[in-house]
Amino acid sequence: MSDIAAQFKLVKGPIYSHCFNQDRSLLAITYDTDCYVYKVFASKQPQLVAVLPDHDKTVTAVDISVHGRIVTCSQDRNAIVWEPLSNGTYKPTLVLLRINRAATTVSWASTGYKFAVGSSARIIAVCYYEQDNDWWVSKHIKKPIKSTINALSWHSNSVLLACGGTDGYARVFSGFIKGLDTKEQVAGSPWGEKFPFGSLVREWYQGAWIHDIQWRSSIDRVAFVAHDGSLTITDYTDDIITADSPEGLPFNSLCWINDHEILAAGFSNHPVLFSEGSKGWEVSKILDRPPKANEKPLLSTGNDDEEGTNFGMSALRKFKELDLKGKVSQQEEKSTHENSITELAPYAESNNNITQVSSVALDGKLVIYQL
Amino acid sequence: MSQSLRPYLTAVRFSLQAALNLSNFSSQEVERHNRPEVEVGNTSAELLLQPMHIARNEHEQVLIEPSVNSVRMSIKVKQADEIEQILVHKFTNFLEQRAENFYVLRRVPVPGYSISFLITNKHTETMITEKLIEFIIDFMEEVDKEISEMKLFLNARARFAAEAYLEQFVY
Repeated sequence: MSDIAAQFKLVKGPIYSHCFNQDRSLLAITYDTDCYVYKVFASKQPQLVAVLPDHDKTVTAVDISVHGRIVTCSQDRNAIVWEPLSNGTYKPTLVLLRINRAATTVSWASTGYKFAVGSSARIIAVCYYEQDNDWWVSKHIKKPIKSTINALSWHSNSVLLACGGTDGYARVFSGFIKGLDTKEQVAGSPWGEKFPFGSLVREWYQGAWIHDIQWRSSIDRVAFVAHDGSLTITDYTDDIITADSPEGLPFNSLCWINDHEILAAGFSNHPVLFSEGSKGWEVSKILDRPPKANEKPLLSTGNDDEEGTNFGMSALRKFKELDLKGKVSQQEEKSTHENSITELAPYAESNNNITQVSSVALDGKLVIYQL
Repeated sequence: MSQSLRPYLTAVRFSLQAALNLSNFSSQEVERHNRPEVEVGNTSAELLLQPMHIARNEHEQVLIEPSVNSVRMSIKVKQADEIEQILVHKFTNFLEQRAENFYVLRRVPVPGYSISFLITNKHTETMITEKLIEFIIDFMEEVDKEISEMKLFLNARARFAAEAYLEQFVY
């Protein structure tokens, strides 16, 4: 299909998260209790170059910083920063997260000097490198989070941190670290005057589990997708705009294409493009949609019933049905991803407009969609 | 398929489709555990969704209890008389004893129902969700047929046995 630029089957199990590095030459994916690092080629199967094995439970998220450091977090309550060495291997450093439940999501700030980890312990840990101790330490944001954090996103000023979770709230916190961030980063921000660490800047109640949240820093907007199948776009004026999934199935992930377009994907196995028009946000394009199941299989079963009475012999009819059922399942057209899409990420960009988006899903595939 | 069965199965199919949107979710209560939230009591209420109850009549009902990482689906199979009650009990018991071969089958049905399935995120990750729904709908379609076939067979056998036994007394 024309929507697909490339697709690669990487692993046999589910991929929960993936990330490309800055120049799109490396790809990191989560697989079971490991993180796999691939070298990416223009139109060839990615080549596995490293396996990062230190976790002992499911790895839930991975992110690569602007400097090439990989951070992984896992359900074993830990996060590990992997420093690339010159010989192509990675040096792990355990992060002092101080959480006692699973780490669910991780995201580097755009400066690359700190990252945030969301957890099932109802805590966001903002982690930064402490030179004196040679260690990644963390500061906690606890209040007023009531449940697991599912998604995190940093504003490009590296101070504002948006999060969403199973308590149904989308929140914006301040992740200002003294000594690391400067007041100039947030000077003139429309979100407030002062941003002491951990202060709640805004919150919006959605009432359904929030699966993903993303900033659009250039226009100071936040978009999030929730389990009720909605995509919500809001900003500092608390102006909330909602659009619904065309299939009714919830989205797992979203990706801003430009200031007026968002690509969202989830349990319907194919992405949906939303755009902002005069009447608010609407579905403008459905990518990689399987052709609608036509009425043929239903009709043929109807014919079979009529003929069946003539047959009389039940065995013959049984085999005919079996044959027919086999045919029906063959006729089903599928989208490229065979299972729920778990994450979308921008892949190629031109003039502040994203042209290609990569996605991973539970079927172990990486697909690059052409917009 | 009878006319009233089709809308019933359609309702079950769409409810299952809506419920089977599961994610890998580690426990908030117990450290380093990952358990089906629908099965553990006293857990965080926000992780459970509203149960869906679909009834065709008082004998045929379906209860779907969704949660963040698992769905429990219970079926009440039609039991019109005592013979059918015994047959359904024997039949579901037979399946439940072999539950590990069926993957999604729950060993014990929810009280008030004949058979229960427990579908977790592990199942939706390794199997195609659409096929899983297809399997359950097929099961619901077939089980009624199976039970009435077994009942007919049982009756025929009973008649034959009774005839054979009573023949001795005919002079």
